[in-house]
Amino acid sequence: MGLQAFLLLAAALFSVGLYGALSQQAIVMLMMGLELMINGLIVAGGAFWYHVAPASADGQVLVLVAVTVMALEMAMGFAVTTAIFRARDVDMTDDAGDLRG
Amino acid sequence: MTLQSVAFWVLAVLSAASGVAVFVVDSMARATFALLTSLVGVGLVFLLIDLSYLGVLIVLMMVMEMMVMAVFMIMYMMNPAGLMPMKMVHNSRGAPLIAAGVFLLLVAGVFLAPWPRRRGGPPADPTHALGLSIMGPKMLVMMVVGVAILATMISTTVLATHRGRYDGDRPRPRPEEGR
Repeated sequence: MGLQAFLLLAAALFSVGLYGALSQQAIVMLMMGLELMINGLIVAGGAFWYHVAPASADGQVLVLVAVTVMALEMAMGFAVTTAIFRARDVDMTDDAGDLRG
Repeated sequence: MTLQSVAFWVLAVLSAASGVAVFVVDSMARATFALLTSLVGVGLVFLLIDLSYLGVLIVLMMVMEMMVMAVFMIMYMMNPAGLMPMKMVHNSRGAPLIAAGVFLLLVAGVFLAPWPRRRGGPPADPTHALGLSIMGPKMLVMMVVGVAILATMISTTVLATHRGRYDGDRPRPRPEEGR
């Protein structure tokens, strides 16, 4: 289990999450995709700490930040979902295209 | 192969496979638990590389997070139990292509990039080192994270509270009966 094995796992999780974030119509499923992507980032952060620079704690701090981001992303996502559902009864991503360029 | 690397590959395959299962299974409850399996697998992988604190932190946080997610899932999905299988994907041609392309790109990078050699060894107690780091040279990170959590708590509450009768400029139409 070298660095490359860990990064392979990270790449797999990230790509699966990307597929989910791009393809799912339900907002909740879309957020699950985002969670999987951040999950991949966490694996990569831990792997770089262990395999490249274990003497300093920088990699661990990065993982801590990524875990926090994961929780905050979910909280904000559900708050936005609640707000838009209250306002317009929207629970699908296709109905929420206000910011379409 | 050592026991450690066998455990790593088992957890890695489990984690990636349950990540795929999230978007394959019909039932939303199953999707939530598949995601939980994937996240817990990553937490257990962390135990293999001496990061016991972060591993346990990930497992505990994600178990709670997925429980909350299951509640929201039932609230906002039109078909939470998957009893009526229905297609809920858009961009069904582009999304797999883009995801596969990104995966191939990342894998190529993983195997072709000249990764730096390992410098130094892990400290005797990585958790101790992490604690000293975030309370010392990396304190700014901790402070930013703290403020971000506070900001999220305030803004989620603001976004999720029901608007009262006197909020906003336009009068809000009354919801129909029976909802």
